[in-house]
Amino acid sequence: MNATIAAITLRAMLGRRRALLLFALPALPILLAVILRMTGDNDLGTSAGVLQSLVLGTLLPLLCLIAGTGVIGPEIDDGQIMYILTKPIPRPVITTTKLVVAFGLAVVFAVIPTLLTGLLLTGTFSGLTAGFTAGALVGAAAYCAIFVALAVISRNAVTIGLIYALVWESLIGNLASGARSASVQQWALSVADAVADTDRITPAVSLPVAVVLLVVVVAGGAFLAGGRLGTLTAATAD
Amino acid sequence: MSELRLDQVSRWYGNVVAVNGISMTIGPGVTGLLGPNGAGKSTLIHMMGGFLPPSTGTIELDGATIWKNPQIYRHVGLVPERESAYDFLTGRQFVLAMAKLHKLPDPGAAAQRALAMVEMEPAQDREIGKYSKGMKQRVKMASALVHDPPVLLLDEPFNGMDPRQRLQLMDLIRRMAAEGRTVLFSSHILEEVERLATHIEVIVAGRHAASGDFRAIRRLMTDRPHVFLVRSADDRRLAAAIIADGSARSVELSGQGLRVEATDFRRFTWLLPQVARKEGVRLLEVSPADESLESVFSYLVGGAG
Repeated sequence: MNATIAAITLRAMLGRRRALLLFALPALPILLAVILRMTGDNDLGTSAGVLQSLVLGTLLPLLCLIAGTGVIGPEIDDGQIMYILTKPIPRPVITTTKLVVAFGLAVVFAVIPTLLTGLLLTGTFSGLTAGFTAGALVGAAAYCAIFVALAVISRNAVTIGLIYALVWESLIGNLASGARSASVQQWALSVADAVADTDRITPAVSLPVAVVLLVVVVAGGAFLAGGRLGTLTAATAD
Repeated sequence: MSELRLDQVSRWYGNVVAVNGISMTIGPGVTGLLGPNGAGKSTLIHMMGGFLPPSTGTIELDGATIWKNPQIYRHVGLVPERESAYDFLTGRQFVLAMAKLHKLPDPGAAAQRALAMVEMEPAQDREIGKYSKGMKQRVKMASALVHDPPVLLLDEPFNGMDPRQRLQLMDLIRRMAAEGRTVLFSSHILEEVERLATHIEVIVAGRHAASGDFRAIRRLMTDRPHVFLVRSADDRRLAAAIIADGSARSVELSGQGLRVEATDFRRFTWLLPQVARKEGVRLLEVSPADESLESVFSYLVGGAG
Protein backbone atom coordinates (compact mmCIF):
# COMPACT_ATOMS: atom_id res chain seq x y z
CA MET A 1 0.00 0.00 0.00
CA ASN A 2 1.41 3.37 -1.01
CA ALA A 3 -0.40 6.49 0.21
CA THR A 4 0.91 8.74 -2.58
CA ILE A 5 -0.28 6.38 -5.32
CA ALA A 6 -3.62 5.98 -3.55
CA ALA A 7 -4.11 9.75 -3.32
CA ILE A 8 -3.27 10.34 -7.00
CA THR A 9 -5.49 7.43 -8.05
CA LEU A 10 -8.42 8.68 -6.04
CA ARG A 11 -8.11 12.21 -7.42
CA ALA A 12 -7.88 10.89 -10.96
CA MET A 13 -10.90 8.64 -10.43
CA LEU A 14 -13.18 11.27 -8.97
CA GLY A 15 -12.07 13.95 -11.42
CA ARG A 16 -13.08 11.95 -14.48
CA ARG A 17 -16.45 12.24 -16.15
CA ARG A 18 -16.95 8.53 -15.61
CA ALA A 19 -17.13 9.33 -11.89
CA LEU A 20 -20.64 10.66 -12.45
CA LEU A 21 -21.74 7.06 -13.06
CA LEU A 22 -20.37 6.16 -9.64
CA PHE A 23 -22.81 8.60 -8.13
CA ALA A 24 -25.74 8.03 -10.49
CA LEU A 25 -25.89 4.21 -10.63
CA PRO A 26 -26.28 3.57 -6.87
CA ALA A 27 -29.12 6.09 -6.76
CA LEU A 28 -31.29 3.77 -8.89
CA PRO A 29 -31.90 0.94 -6.38
CA ILE A 30 -32.28 3.41 -3.54
CA LEU A 31 -34.90 5.28 -5.53
CA LEU A 32 -36.65 2.02 -6.42
CA ALA A 33 -36.61 0.98 -2.77
CA VAL A 34 -38.24 4.26 -1.75
CA ILE A 35 -40.96 3.80 -4.37
CA LEU A 36 -41.62 0.17 -3.41
CA ARG A 37 -41.79 1.15 0.21
CA MET A 38 -44.24 3.95 -0.49
CA THR A 39 -46.49 1.71 -2.59
CA GLY A 40 -46.24 -1.05 -0.01
CA ASP A 41 -44.78 -3.55 -2.47
CA ASN A 42 -41.74 -4.20 -0.32
CA ASP A 43 -42.56 -7.78 0.64
CA LEU A 44 -39.73 -10.19 1.26
CA GLY A 45 -39.92 -11.87 -2.15
CA THR A 46 -39.84 -8.62 -4.13
CA SER A 47 -37.12 -7.20 -1.91
CA ALA A 48 -34.92 -10.27 -2.33
CA GLY A 49 -35.50 -10.06 -6.09
CA VAL A 50 -34.45 -6.42 -6.25
CA LEU A 51 -31.37 -7.02 -4.13
CA GLN A 52 -30.36 -10.10 -6.09
CA SER A 53 -30.90 -9.17 -9.71
CA LEU A 54 -30.65 -5.39 -9.69
CA VAL A 55 -28.13 -4.73 -6.92
CA LEU A 56 -25.94 -7.82 -6.73
CA GLY A 57 -26.43 -9.01 -10.29
CA THR A 58 -26.18 -5.76 -12.25
CA LEU A 59 -25.06 -2.71 -10.31
CA LEU A 60 -22.31 -4.38 -8.29
CA PRO A 61 -20.41 -5.74 -11.33
CA LEU A 62 -20.94 -2.49 -13.25
CA LEU A 63 -19.67 -0.28 -10.43
CA CYS A 64 -16.74 -2.61 -9.79
CA LEU A 65 -15.98 -2.51 -13.51
CA ILE A 66 -15.88 1.29 -13.45
CA ALA A 67 -13.78 1.34 -10.28
CA GLY A 68 -11.51 -1.61 -11.09
CA THR A 69 -10.58 -0.61 -14.62
CA GLY A 70 -10.68 3.11 -13.82
CA VAL A 71 -7.99 3.00 -11.14
CA ILE A 72 -5.33 1.85 -13.60
CA GLY A 73 -6.58 1.49 -17.20
CA PRO A 74 -6.58 5.16 -18.28
CA GLU A 75 -3.20 5.67 -16.60
CA ILE A 76 -1.71 2.89 -18.72
CA ASP A 77 -3.45 4.15 -21.89
CA ASP A 78 -2.28 7.74 -21.41
CA GLY A 79 1.22 6.79 -20.33
CA GLN A 80 1.15 8.47 -16.90
CA ILE A 81 1.88 5.08 -15.34
CA MET A 82 5.46 5.74 -16.49
CA TYR A 83 5.84 8.23 -13.67
CA ILE A 84 4.95 5.59 -11.11
CA LEU A 85 6.83 2.78 -12.79
CA THR A 86 10.07 4.79 -12.88
CA LYS A 87 10.28 4.65 -9.10
CA PRO A 88 11.99 2.06 -6.92
CA ILE A 89 8.66 0.61 -5.80
CA PRO A 90 7.91 -3.12 -6.03
CA ARG A 91 5.24 -3.59 -8.73
CA PRO A 92 2.91 -5.63 -6.50
CA VAL A 93 2.76 -2.65 -4.11
CA ILE A 94 1.47 -0.51 -6.99
CA THR A 95 -1.23 -2.98 -8.04
CA THR A 96 -2.24 -3.76 -4.47
CA THR A 97 -2.71 -0.06 -3.84
CA LYS A 98 -4.81 0.25 -6.98
CA LEU A 99 -6.87 -2.74 -5.89
CA VAL A 100 -7.44 -1.30 -2.41
CA VAL A 101 -8.57 2.04 -3.90
CA ALA A 102 -10.93 0.24 -6.31
CA PHE A 103 -12.33 -1.83 -3.44
CA GLY A 104 -12.76 1.30 -1.30
CA LEU A 105 -14.70 2.97 -4.11
CA ALA A 106 -16.80 -0.17 -4.55
CA VAL A 107 -17.61 -0.17 -0.84
CA VAL A 108 -18.71 3.47 -0.92
CA PHE A 109 -20.61 3.33 -4.20
CA ALA A 110 -21.92 -0.26 -4.23
CA VAL A 111 -21.83 -1.93 -0.81
CA ILE A 112 -23.19 0.98 1.23
CA PRO A 113 -25.97 1.57 -1.34
CA THR A 114 -26.77 -2.15 -1.01
CA LEU A 115 -27.10 -1.66 2.73
CA LEU A 116 -29.30 1.42 2.26
CA THR A 117 -31.52 -0.30 -0.32
CA GLY A 118 -31.91 -3.31 1.95
CA LEU A 119 -32.75 -1.17 4.97
CA LEU A 120 -35.32 0.82 3.00
CA LEU A 121 -36.95 -2.35 1.67
CA THR A 122 -36.98 -4.71 4.63
CA GLY A 123 -35.20 -3.06 7.49
CA THR A 124 -33.40 -5.77 9.41
CA PHE A 125 -36.11 -8.39 8.84
CA SER A 126 -34.79 -11.93 8.29
CA GLY A 127 -31.26 -10.63 8.00
CA LEU A 128 -31.88 -10.04 4.30
CA THR A 129 -30.08 -6.70 4.39
CA ALA A 130 -27.11 -8.02 6.32
CA GLY A 131 -26.87 -11.00 4.01
CA PHE A 132 -26.85 -9.01 0.80
CA THR A 133 -24.48 -6.42 2.24
CA ALA A 134 -22.02 -9.18 3.16
CA GLY A 135 -22.51 -10.72 -0.28
CA ALA A 136 -21.88 -7.36 -1.96
CA LEU A 137 -18.75 -6.86 0.13
CA VAL A 138 -17.10 -10.14 -0.87
CA GLY A 139 -18.43 -9.83 -4.42
CA ALA A 140 -16.87 -6.37 -4.68
CA ALA A 141 -13.50 -7.75 -3.62
CA ALA A 142 -13.62 -10.47 -6.27
CA TYR A 143 -14.93 -8.22 -9.05
CA CYS A 144 -12.34 -5.52 -8.30
CA ALA A 145 -9.49 -8.06 -8.33
CA ILE A 146 -10.71 -9.41 -11.68
CA PHE A 147 -11.17 -5.99 -13.28
CA VAL A 148 -7.90 -4.49 -12.01
CA ALA A 149 -6.00 -7.50 -13.39
CA LEU A 150 -7.96 -7.25 -16.64
CA ALA A 151 -7.09 -3.55 -16.96
CA VAL A 152 -3.39 -4.31 -16.57
CA ILE A 153 -3.51 -7.16 -19.08
CA SER A 154 -5.75 -5.76 -21.81
CA ARG A 155 -6.44 -2.41 -23.41
CA ASN A 156 -9.99 -3.63 -24.00
CA ALA A 157 -10.64 -4.27 -20.33
CA VAL A 158 -13.86 -2.28 -20.22
CA THR A 159 -15.38 -4.13 -23.19
CA ILE A 160 -14.30 -7.54 -21.95
CA GLY A 161 -15.48 -6.64 -18.45
CA LEU A 162 -18.87 -5.50 -19.73
CA ILE A 163 -19.33 -8.72 -21.66
CA TYR A 164 -18.37 -10.70 -18.58
CA ALA A 165 -20.48 -8.71 -16.14
CA LEU A 166 -23.59 -8.43 -18.27
CA VAL A 167 -23.60 -11.31 -20.72
CA TRP A 168 -21.85 -14.05 -18.76
CA GLU A 169 -23.15 -13.27 -15.30
CA SER A 170 -26.75 -12.49 -16.21
CA LEU A 171 -27.41 -14.75 -19.21
CA ILE A 172 -25.23 -17.83 -19.18
CA GLY A 173 -24.88 -17.66 -15.43
CA ASN A 174 -28.64 -17.97 -15.09
CA LEU A 175 -29.07 -20.64 -17.75
CA ALA A 176 -26.51 -23.41 -17.58
CA SER A 177 -26.16 -24.88 -14.13
CA GLY A 178 -22.52 -25.85 -14.53
CA ALA A 179 -21.61 -22.34 -15.62
CA ARG A 180 -23.36 -20.90 -12.61
CA SER A 181 -20.64 -22.04 -10.25
CA ALA A 182 -18.12 -19.99 -12.24
CA SER A 183 -19.90 -16.79 -11.34
CA VAL A 184 -18.88 -14.18 -8.80
CA GLN A 185 -22.54 -13.38 -8.34
CA GLN A 186 -23.27 -16.94 -7.19
CA TRP A 187 -20.38 -16.88 -4.72
CA ALA A 188 -21.65 -13.61 -3.33
CA LEU A 189 -25.16 -15.07 -3.09
CA SER A 190 -23.73 -18.05 -1.24
CA VAL A 191 -22.23 -15.73 1.37
CA ALA A 192 -25.45 -13.71 1.50
CA ASP A 193 -27.41 -16.91 2.07
CA ALA A 194 -25.10 -17.94 4.92
CA VAL A 195 -25.49 -14.60 6.69
CA ALA A 196 -29.22 -14.08 6.07
CA ASP A 197 -31.91 -16.01 7.85
CA THR A 198 -34.30 -16.74 4.99
CA ASP A 199 -34.87 -19.28 2.22
CA ARG A 200 -35.38 -16.57 -0.38
CA ILE A 201 -31.76 -16.78 -1.47
CA THR A 202 -30.87 -19.83 -3.55
CA PRO A 203 -27.19 -19.87 -4.46
CA ALA A 204 -25.84 -22.38 -6.97
CA VAL A 205 -22.67 -23.09 -5.00
CA SER A 206 -22.11 -24.20 -1.43
CA LEU A 207 -20.50 -21.84 1.04
CA PRO A 208 -17.11 -23.59 1.35
CA VAL A 209 -16.73 -23.73 -2.42
CA ALA A 210 -17.75 -20.07 -2.71
CA VAL A 211 -15.29 -18.94 -0.04
CA VAL A 212 -12.43 -20.89 -1.56
CA LEU A 213 -13.18 -19.54 -5.04
CA LEU A 214 -13.50 -15.97 -3.73
CA VAL A 215 -10.13 -16.19 -1.99
CA VAL A 216 -8.52 -17.76 -5.06
CA VAL A 217 -9.90 -15.07 -7.38
CA VAL A 218 -8.90 -12.15 -5.16
CA ALA A 219 -5.41 -13.51 -4.55
CA GLY A 220 -5.01 -14.62 -8.17
CA GLY A 221 -6.17 -11.27 -9.54
CA ALA A 222 -3.82 -9.34 -7.26
CA PHE A 223 -0.91 -11.64 -8.09
CA LEU A 224 -1.57 -11.55 -11.83
CA ALA A 225 -1.89 -7.76 -11.88
CA GLY A 226 1.37 -7.30 -9.95
CA GLY A 227 3.23 -9.71 -12.21
CA ARG A 228 1.93 -8.24 -15.43
CA LEU A 229 2.64 -4.67 -14.37
CA GLY A 230 6.24 -5.69 -13.73
CA THR A 231 6.63 -6.63 -17.37
CA LEU A 232 4.44 -3.90 -18.79
CA THR A 233 6.19 -2.83 -21.95
CA ALA A 234 6.07 0.64 -23.33
CA ALA A 235 3.76 1.07 -26.27
CA THR A 236 6.27 1.89 -28.92
CA ALA A 237 4.86 4.21 -31.49
CA ASP A 238 8.36 4.27 -32.88
CA MET B 1 29.80 8.92 -12.55
CA SER B 2 27.54 6.38 -14.16
CA GLU B 3 27.81 4.38 -17.32
CA LEU B 4 25.16 2.72 -19.44
CA ARG B 5 26.51 -0.20 -21.36
CA LEU B 6 24.69 -1.87 -24.25
CA ASP B 7 26.08 -5.08 -25.60
CA GLN B 8 24.77 -6.55 -28.85
CA VAL B 9 21.26 -5.39 -28.07
CA SER B 10 18.49 -6.38 -30.46
CA ARG B 11 14.78 -6.02 -30.19
CA TRP B 12 12.17 -7.35 -32.54
CA TYR B 13 8.40 -7.34 -32.64
CA GLY B 14 7.26 -10.48 -34.42
CA ASN B 15 9.11 -10.40 -37.70
CA VAL B 16 9.97 -6.72 -37.49
CA VAL B 17 13.42 -5.87 -36.22
CA ALA B 18 13.35 -2.52 -34.44
CA VAL B 19 16.85 -2.55 -33.00
CA ASN B 20 19.58 -4.66 -34.51
CA GLY B 21 22.76 -5.65 -32.67
CA ILE B 22 23.65 -2.31 -31.07
CA SER B 23 26.62 -2.00 -28.75
CA MET B 24 27.51 1.31 -27.17
CA THR B 25 28.68 2.82 -23.92
CA ILE B 26 27.17 6.04 -22.67
CA GLY B 27 29.16 7.92 -20.08
CA PRO B 28 29.03 11.32 -18.35
CA GLY B 29 28.26 14.34 -20.53
CA VAL B 30 25.57 14.86 -23.13
CA THR B 31 25.06 12.09 -25.64
CA GLY B 32 22.70 12.66 -28.53
CA LEU B 33 20.85 9.72 -30.01
CA LEU B 34 20.27 10.80 -33.58
CA GLY B 35 18.20 9.10 -36.20
CA PRO B 36 15.21 9.58 -38.47
CA ASN B 37 11.71 8.85 -37.20
CA GLY B 38 11.12 5.13 -36.92
CA ALA B 39 14.83 4.33 -36.62
CA GLY B 40 14.40 2.61 -33.27
CA LYS B 41 15.45 5.47 -30.97
CA SER B 42 12.40 5.19 -28.74
CA THR B 43 12.70 1.41 -28.60
CA LEU B 44 16.30 1.86 -27.52
CA ILE B 45 15.44 4.47 -24.87
CA HIS B 46 12.60 2.32 -23.59
CA MET B 47 15.02 -0.56 -23.19
CA MET B 48 17.51 1.69 -21.40
CA GLY B 49 14.69 2.91 -19.17
CA GLY B 50 13.54 -0.60 -18.27
CA PHE B 51 10.25 -0.52 -20.15
CA LEU B 52 11.12 -3.16 -22.67
CA PRO B 53 13.32 -6.22 -22.44
CA PRO B 54 15.92 -6.62 -25.17
CA SER B 55 15.17 -9.67 -27.35
CA THR B 56 18.88 -10.50 -27.20
CA GLY B 57 21.90 -8.78 -25.71
CA THR B 58 22.32 -6.98 -22.40
CA ILE B 59 21.82 -3.46 -21.10
CA GLU B 60 23.47 -2.60 -17.82
CA LEU B 61 23.78 0.47 -15.66
CA ASP B 62 27.07 0.33 -13.78
CA GLY B 63 26.93 -3.45 -13.97
CA ALA B 64 23.28 -3.83 -12.89
CA THR B 65 20.67 -5.26 -15.25
CA ILE B 66 17.92 -2.81 -16.08
CA TRP B 67 14.97 -5.00 -17.05
CA LYS B 68 12.69 -5.95 -14.14
CA ASN B 69 14.88 -4.13 -11.68
CA PRO B 70 12.96 -1.15 -10.23
CA GLN B 71 15.90 -0.38 -7.95
CA ILE B 72 17.77 1.17 -10.89
CA TYR B 73 15.33 4.08 -10.77
CA ARG B 74 17.23 5.37 -7.77
CA HIS B 75 19.94 6.24 -10.28
CA VAL B 76 17.92 7.01 -13.41
CA GLY B 77 15.61 9.88 -14.25
CA LEU B 78 13.45 9.30 -17.30
CA VAL B 79 11.55 11.96 -19.23
CA PRO B 80 9.08 10.17 -21.51
CA GLU B 81 8.14 11.58 -24.88
CA ARG B 82 4.42 11.53 -24.23
CA GLU B 83 3.15 14.79 -23.01
CA SER B 84 0.54 13.71 -20.52
CA ALA B 85 1.44 14.01 -16.87
CA TYR B 86 -1.20 14.10 -14.15
CA ASP B 87 -2.94 17.16 -15.56
CA PHE B 88 -5.14 17.67 -12.52
CA LEU B 89 -2.17 18.17 -10.19
CA THR B 90 -0.28 21.43 -9.88
CA GLY B 91 3.37 21.40 -10.84
CA ARG B 92 4.38 21.38 -7.20
CA GLN B 93 1.95 18.61 -6.20
CA PHE B 94 3.22 16.49 -9.09
CA VAL B 95 6.92 16.89 -8.32
CA LEU B 96 6.25 16.46 -4.60
CA ALA B 97 4.36 13.22 -5.31
CA MET B 98 7.31 11.97 -7.35
CA ALA B 99 9.66 12.84 -4.46
CA LYS B 100 7.45 10.90 -2.07
CA LEU B 101 7.34 7.92 -4.42
CA HIS B 102 11.13 7.91 -4.30
CA LYS B 103 10.84 7.87 -0.50
CA LEU B 104 13.27 10.77 -0.22
CA PRO B 105 14.08 11.86 3.34
CA ASP B 106 12.78 15.40 2.78
CA PRO B 107 10.41 15.27 -0.22
CA GLY B 108 9.28 18.89 0.17
CA ALA B 109 12.79 20.29 -0.04
CA ALA B 110 13.70 17.94 -2.90
CA ALA B 111 10.64 19.04 -4.87
CA GLN B 112 11.46 22.72 -4.34
CA ARG B 113 15.06 22.17 -5.38
CA ALA B 114 13.99 20.36 -8.56
CA LEU B 115 11.42 23.02 -9.43
CA ALA B 116 14.03 25.73 -8.89
CA MET B 117 16.45 23.87 -11.13
CA VAL B 118 14.04 24.06 -14.07
CA GLU B 119 12.88 27.57 -13.10
CA MET B 120 9.31 26.51 -12.62
CA GLU B 121 8.77 28.03 -9.19
CA PRO B 122 6.66 30.94 -10.44
CA ALA B 123 4.18 28.54 -12.06
CA GLN B 124 4.36 25.74 -9.52
CA ASP B 125 0.87 26.29 -8.13
CA ARG B 126 -0.90 26.11 -11.47
CA GLU B 127 -2.38 22.89 -12.79
CA ILE B 128 -0.17 20.99 -15.23
CA GLY B 129 -3.09 20.80 -17.65
CA LYS B 130 -2.87 24.57 -18.04
CA TYR B 131 0.87 24.65 -18.77
CA SER B 132 2.39 25.36 -22.17
CA LYS B 133 4.34 22.60 -23.91
CA GLY B 134 7.65 23.99 -22.73
CA MET B 135 6.46 24.27 -19.14
CA LYS B 136 5.15 20.72 -19.22
CA GLN B 137 8.51 19.54 -20.48
CA ARG B 138 10.28 21.41 -17.70
CA VAL B 139 8.01 20.08 -14.98
CA LYS B 140 8.57 16.58 -16.37
CA MET B 141 12.31 17.31 -16.14
CA ALA B 142 11.85 18.41 -12.53
CA SER B 143 10.04 15.17 -11.75
CA ALA B 144 12.91 13.19 -13.28
CA LEU B 145 15.51 15.23 -11.38
CA VAL B 146 13.84 15.23 -7.99
CA HIS B 147 15.99 12.38 -6.64
CA ASP B 148 19.18 13.87 -8.11
CA PRO B 149 19.91 10.91 -10.42
CA PRO B 150 23.32 10.46 -12.04
CA VAL B 151 21.65 9.30 -15.28
CA LEU B 152 19.03 11.22 -17.22
CA LEU B 153 17.22 9.78 -20.24
CA LEU B 154 15.17 12.13 -22.40
CA ASP B 155 13.01 10.90 -25.27
CA GLU B 156 12.63 13.60 -27.96
CA PRO B 157 12.65 16.42 -25.39
CA PHE B 158 12.49 19.22 -27.95
CA ASN B 159 9.46 18.00 -29.84
CA GLY B 160 6.91 20.73 -30.28
CA MET B 161 8.89 23.39 -28.46
CA ASP B 162 9.29 26.92 -29.68
CA PRO B 163 12.83 28.28 -30.19
CA ARG B 164 12.97 30.06 -26.84
CA GLN B 165 11.84 27.00 -24.90
CA ARG B 166 14.35 24.98 -26.89
CA LEU B 167 17.21 27.25 -25.82
CA GLN B 168 16.13 27.13 -22.19
CA LEU B 169 16.01 23.36 -22.22
CA MET B 170 19.41 23.15 -23.94
CA ASP B 171 20.85 25.33 -21.19
CA LEU B 172 19.33 23.11 -18.57
CA ILE B 173 20.64 19.93 -20.18
CA ARG B 174 24.11 21.45 -20.44
CA ARG B 175 24.02 22.33 -16.75
CA MET B 176 22.97 18.78 -15.86
CA ALA B 177 25.92 17.43 -17.80
CA ALA B 178 28.31 19.97 -16.28
CA GLU B 179 27.37 18.58 -12.87
CA GLY B 180 28.79 15.24 -13.96
CA ARG B 181 25.59 13.52 -14.98
CA THR B 182 25.21 11.07 -17.82
CA VAL B 183 22.57 12.63 -20.06
CA LEU B 184 21.16 10.92 -23.12
CA PHE B 185 18.56 12.51 -25.37
CA SER B 186 17.05 11.40 -28.65
CA SER B 187 16.29 13.60 -31.61
CA HIS B 188 15.74 13.36 -35.33
CA ILE B 189 17.10 16.85 -35.93
CA LEU B 190 20.82 17.06 -36.65
CA GLU B 191 21.14 20.72 -35.63
CA GLU B 192 19.72 20.07 -32.15
CA VAL B 193 22.08 17.22 -31.55
CA GLU B 194 25.03 19.10 -32.97
CA ARG B 195 24.46 22.11 -30.74
CA LEU B 196 24.03 20.16 -27.56
CA ALA B 197 25.71 16.80 -27.61
CA THR B 198 29.40 16.28 -27.07
CA HIS B 199 28.98 12.74 -28.25
CA ILE B 200 26.62 11.49 -30.94
CA GLU B 201 25.30 8.03 -31.65
CA VAL B 202 23.52 7.67 -34.97
CA ILE B 203 20.81 5.04 -35.36
CA VAL B 204 19.34 4.25 -38.74
CA ALA B 205 16.83 1.49 -39.44
CA GLY B 206 17.59 -0.11 -36.09
CA ARG B 207 21.31 -0.23 -36.69
CA HIS B 208 24.18 1.67 -35.17
CA ALA B 209 25.31 3.77 -38.13
CA ALA B 210 27.92 6.05 -36.64
CA SER B 211 29.40 7.18 -33.38
CA GLY B 212 31.65 10.03 -32.37
CA ASP B 213 31.75 13.75 -31.68
CA PHE B 214 29.74 16.10 -33.83
CA ARG B 215 32.69 16.98 -36.07
CA ALA B 216 33.18 13.36 -37.00
CA ILE B 217 29.48 12.95 -37.71
CA ARG B 218 29.35 16.20 -39.66
CA ARG B 219 32.28 15.07 -41.77
CA LEU B 220 30.59 11.75 -42.45
CA MET B 221 27.56 13.63 -43.54
CA THR B 222 29.31 16.08 -45.84
CA ASP B 223 31.97 13.80 -47.30
CA ARG B 224 29.60 12.00 -49.53
CA PRO B 225 28.32 12.48 -53.05
CA HIS B 226 25.91 15.41 -53.07
CA VAL B 227 23.33 15.94 -55.74
CA PHE B 228 22.61 19.53 -56.76
CA LEU B 229 20.03 20.94 -59.10
CA VAL B 230 21.52 23.81 -61.07
CA ARG B 231 19.69 26.19 -63.40
CA SER B 232 21.67 28.68 -65.39
CA ALA B 233 21.54 30.91 -68.45
CA ASP B 234 23.37 28.26 -70.50
CA ASP B 235 23.07 24.80 -68.96
CA ARG B 236 24.87 23.02 -71.80
CA ARG B 237 27.94 25.19 -71.58
CA LEU B 238 28.05 25.05 -67.79
CA ALA B 239 27.75 21.25 -67.89
CA ALA B 240 30.79 21.00 -70.12
CA ALA B 241 32.79 23.25 -67.79
CA ILE B 242 31.79 21.29 -64.68
CA ILE B 243 32.78 18.01 -66.30
CA ALA B 244 36.10 19.52 -67.35
CA ASP B 245 36.80 20.72 -63.82
CA GLY B 246 36.55 17.26 -62.29
CA SER B 247 34.76 18.11 -59.03
CA ALA B 248 31.62 16.32 -60.21
CA ARG B 249 31.10 12.66 -60.83
CA SER B 250 28.27 13.10 -63.30
CA VAL B 251 26.24 15.83 -64.88
CA GLU B 252 22.84 15.20 -66.31
CA LEU B 253 21.06 17.58 -68.62
CA SER B 254 17.30 17.74 -68.31
CA GLY B 255 14.41 20.07 -69.05
CA GLN B 256 14.53 21.55 -65.56
CA GLY B 257 18.28 22.20 -65.62
CA LEU B 258 21.37 20.29 -64.59
CA ARG B 259 21.53 17.45 -62.12
CA VAL B 260 25.08 17.42 -60.82
CA GLU B 261 26.50 14.71 -58.59
CA ALA B 262 29.41 16.31 -56.80
CA THR B 263 32.13 14.15 -55.29
CA ASP B 264 33.34 16.76 -52.85
CA PHE B 265 30.73 18.98 -51.22
CA ARG B 266 33.08 21.79 -50.18
CA ARG B 267 35.10 21.85 -53.36
CA PHE B 268 32.04 21.84 -55.57
CA THR B 269 30.21 24.64 -53.76
CA TRP B 270 33.40 26.68 -53.84
CA LEU B 271 34.16 25.98 -57.49
CA LEU B 272 30.77 26.27 -59.14
CA PRO B 273 30.50 30.09 -58.97
CA GLN B 274 34.06 30.46 -60.27
CA VAL B 275 33.49 28.11 -63.17
CA ALA B 276 30.28 29.91 -64.02
CA ARG B 277 31.98 33.30 -63.94
CA LYS B 278 34.88 32.13 -66.06
CA GLU B 279 32.51 30.76 -68.67
CA GLY B 280 30.32 33.84 -68.48
CA VAL B 281 27.24 31.76 -67.58
CA ARG B 282 24.77 33.30 -65.19
CA LEU B 283 23.64 30.98 -62.36
CA LEU B 284 19.91 31.16 -61.75
CA GLU B 285 19.48 28.51 -59.08
CA VAL B 286 21.63 26.09 -57.12
CA SER B 287 19.80 23.79 -54.76
CA PRO B 288 20.75 20.58 -53.01
CA ALA B 289 18.48 17.79 -54.22
CA ASP B 290 18.84 15.23 -51.49
CA GLU B 291 19.42 17.11 -48.28
CA SER B 292 16.66 15.36 -46.40
CA LEU B 293 17.97 13.76 -43.25
CA GLU B 294 16.71 10.40 -44.44
CA SER B 295 18.98 10.43 -47.46
CA VAL B 296 21.94 11.49 -45.36
CA PHE B 297 21.17 8.67 -42.97
CA SER B 298 20.70 6.09 -45.67
CA TYR B 299 24.08 7.06 -47.05
CA LEU B 300 25.58 6.55 -43.61
CA VAL B 301 24.02 3.12 -43.30
CA GLY B 302 25.28 2.17 -46.71
CA GLY B 303 28.75 3.27 -45.66
CA ALA B 304 28.58 1.54 -42.32
CA GLY B 305 27.15 -1.70 -43.66
